[in-house]
Amino acid sequence: MNRRGFLARGAGAGFALLLPQRPGRDSSDALKQPELVGQLQPIVSAQDNDPGIVAVERRLHCTCGCGLDIYTCRTTDFSCTYSPALHREVLDLVKKGGDARAVVAAFVSKYGESVLMAPAPRGFNLLGYLVPGAAVLAAGSILALVLVKRRRPVAAAPVPAAGAAPTPEDERLERALRELDA
Amino acid sequence: MTFLGEFALWAAFLVGIWTAVTAFSGRWRDRPAVALAVRRAPIALTIVLWAAAIALWQGLFTHDFNIEYVYAYTSRNLPTYFLISAFWAGQKGSLLFWALVLSMFGALVQAMTSRRHEELLPYVAGVTSGVIVFFVAVMLFSGSNPFERLPFTPPDGRGLNPQLQHPGMVFHPPLLYLGYISLTIPFAFAVAALLARRLESGWIQAMRKWALLSWTFLSVGITLGMWWAYLELGWGGYWAWDPVENASLLPWLVNTAFLHSVMIQEKRGMLKRWNMGLVIGAFLLSIFGTFITRSGVIASVHSFTQSGVGYFFLGFLVVLAVLSFTLLYTRWPELEPDAQLEALVSRESAFLFNNLLLVGIAFSVLWGTLFPILSEAVRGTKITVGPPFFNRVNVPLGILLLALTGIGPLIAWRKASIANVRRQFVVPAITALVTLGALFGAGLRNGYSLIALSMAAFVLGTVAQEFWRGVRARGRLYGESVPVALGQLVGRNRRRYGGYIVHVGIVVYFVAFVGAAFRTTQQVTLRPGESVAVKSPFGSTYNLSFLGVSQYQALNRVASAASLDVTRDGKKLGVIKSEKRQYMDSFGRPTFQPSTEVGLLGGVREDLYVVYAGSVDGSERSSFTVHVNPLVWWIWFGGLILVVGGLITMWPGGWQAAPVTRLAPARESVEVPA
Repeated sequence: MNRRGFLARGAGAGFALLLPQRPGRDSSDALKQPELVGQLQPIVSAQDNDPGIVAVERRLHCTCGCGLDIYTCRTTDFSCTYSPALHREVLDLVKKGGDARAVVAAFVSKYGESVLMAPAPRGFNLLGYLVPGAAVLAAGSILALVLVKRRRPVAAAPVPAAGAAPTPEDERLERALRELDA
Repeated sequence: MTFLGEFALWAAFLVGIWTAVTAFSGRWRDRPAVALAVRRAPIALTIVLWAAAIALWQGLFTHDFNIEYVYAYTSRNLPTYFLISAFWAGQKGSLLFWALVLSMFGALVQAMTSRRHEELLPYVAGVTSGVIVFFVAVMLFSGSNPFERLPFTPPDGRGLNPQLQHPGMVFHPPLLYLGYISLTIPFAFAVAALLARRLESGWIQAMRKWALLSWTFLSVGITLGMWWAYLELGWGGYWAWDPVENASLLPWLVNTAFLHSVMIQEKRGMLKRWNMGLVIGAFLLSIFGTFITRSGVIASVHSFTQSGVGYFFLGFLVVLAVLSFTLLYTRWPELEPDAQLEALVSRESAFLFNNLLLVGIAFSVLWGTLFPILSEAVRGTKITVGPPFFNRVNVPLGILLLALTGIGPLIAWRKASIANVRRQFVVPAITALVTLGALFGAGLRNGYSLIALSMAAFVLGTVAQEFWRGVRARGRLYGESVPVALGQLVGRNRRRYGGYIVHVGIVVYFVAFVGAAFRTTQQVTLRPGESVAVKSPFGSTYNLSFLGVSQYQALNRVASAASLDVTRDGKKLGVIKSEKRQYMDSFGRPTFQPSTEVGLLGGVREDLYVVYAGSVDGSERSSFTVHVNPLVWWIWFGGLILVVGGLITMWPGGWQAAPVTRLAPARESVEVPA
């Protein structure tokens, strides 16, 4: 390279450095290493954000084993191939005129009951919903009954200590609090 | 060094067996030297298990890929701090970590326990050593030996899972383990008290701070787990009711119940059987959690690789449950309460209902976690029990619990008069009603949110009133100014006021959880230079302008960072950056699928949470998921309050136990006719 060529290249490089640039971009917007950003993503359509579609997909379990619903999986795990396919199924069913109930029913008949994020509250599954609340209610009722039956008249004398006792500081504070309340 | 590690494991196994057998054989009663040796054995266990731990860390730091564990969880270019955390990143290492920490706790409890409880300590050593023996046996006999060697030496390791290469995973698992592991100490004291027939409340004084320590570790561990999930899993949430998440919540709930009901035993000598049951239950649930995490019996994204280890834990769980509850049954008559409840409306009753709800929630979480198995067994049909189920069942119970958190401290011990109730409830009730009215006026119509926030205000009203009454009382007693009185009040009654601070932390959590109901999510595809407007639930508008994607190399990865310029209502907030990361080994070979790092602009009100989904056509034209998550910051703040409250409660010196007669009955108590 002659001196003129060298100077021209140097000036060109310096000028290029002065130009405002976004990091990692070249003129074509193509990524240098596209394979490092995972699989290509579909262009987001209006239907992808449709509240009705989202609501249905939140009720349906992705079958990839992630434990998430279809909507959460397709907006989180971008390497999952199941949730985009399930999303397309939902869109197809809606396109054919299916409402939320019909879409869910179609999924259950195709994938089984495990496709629901929570079992339908009927039959044996109703037990699943009722048992915790019923158990707490029953235990609470029994507890209240026992408390009513077993309560004893209040003794005027101090109760003997069973274990730890308050410090004199505690006692002073308690006395002061009682005086305050009186 | 692996030879040393293996040798140390065998030594720990033998020393542990000797300690447990000697302690339980009962012969030490007549031989003080043997009793002393048993008490010192945990120190020997700690030393040998440290030797094993050092051997494993040495393998990790020197990249000895001939060790299968080192090969499976590290690579040459893994940053140093992740070489430390790789110790507990896998099944085998975490088993060793568990045994090591338990041996240290076992030694500490022998050194720190008051001489008043000396009689219990050999049994405590026996129980802790027995549990250590189990963990070491799992390593030695179930194919989980962390020192297992490969038949060849690979040039580099497989690397650490990208989701584990996060600061949260350096701190979250060990803290959660510390919580699980320290539950062994209260359990050991309970078994010791039952065996030694020392069933007065002395054993509770000996172990109460361990239960608090465990509770604090579990609280921090669970909160850090939520933080990690929020930042690393990329779905915009922090709690998905996953079986492994549920498993960590179960011992926390039962331990929380114990920390409340133990006060009744200490003050009134009641609930002795119930408290024994809670201590045993909390420990068994920690083992159950380990079983869930390691068995693969219930699908979870957090589980270790499925292995036969789970069935060792199931067997251990069953044996422990049978032995400990049989022991409790045999001592049942000796656990008679010293007093009876005197009224339905009393602090004791409130605590009982609080216990009922905490255990009820634990039951409902356990029920939901196991229901798929039950359903399959009964109907032969697989079902999924996900967040909609847990929210439906647990939210009402949680709100009731929140209400009781406020009600309990307002009611007098033994028996509350109507005057007491009226006087105490006025301020909190007005606070709740004003909050309800203000929120309704502001347009909030979500029923659960309205109730939860009003109840939160009620609890805050209760706590504020308690502090104010205490400060006024001190001012009257000692003539102290408000700041001095406040400091003295907390410093001299750490357990009581530390507990109130914990209640504030819980309220803050609930407020943050309410925010989840108003989360918004939107997907968008943008070219560089394009922008999108995103509405916040609080009414403001974010504008995100896509700047472009830059690709650069870091230590063990190539990152593709998508940057977006963010304004809110026209005011510039900054640049948010979300990344795709392709991790590489030292030869430049990809080790895992590309992972995603979320971009976050957080604030007190809400978080703007952006996830770079990837390119749509190999260019910078990219898709994003944009979440606006209200009030998430308050979870981390609530966690901080919880820790501060826990530390105040635990801090030594603020509360001394002494065997003297207790408080005279409260004025309200004697007013009420029999």
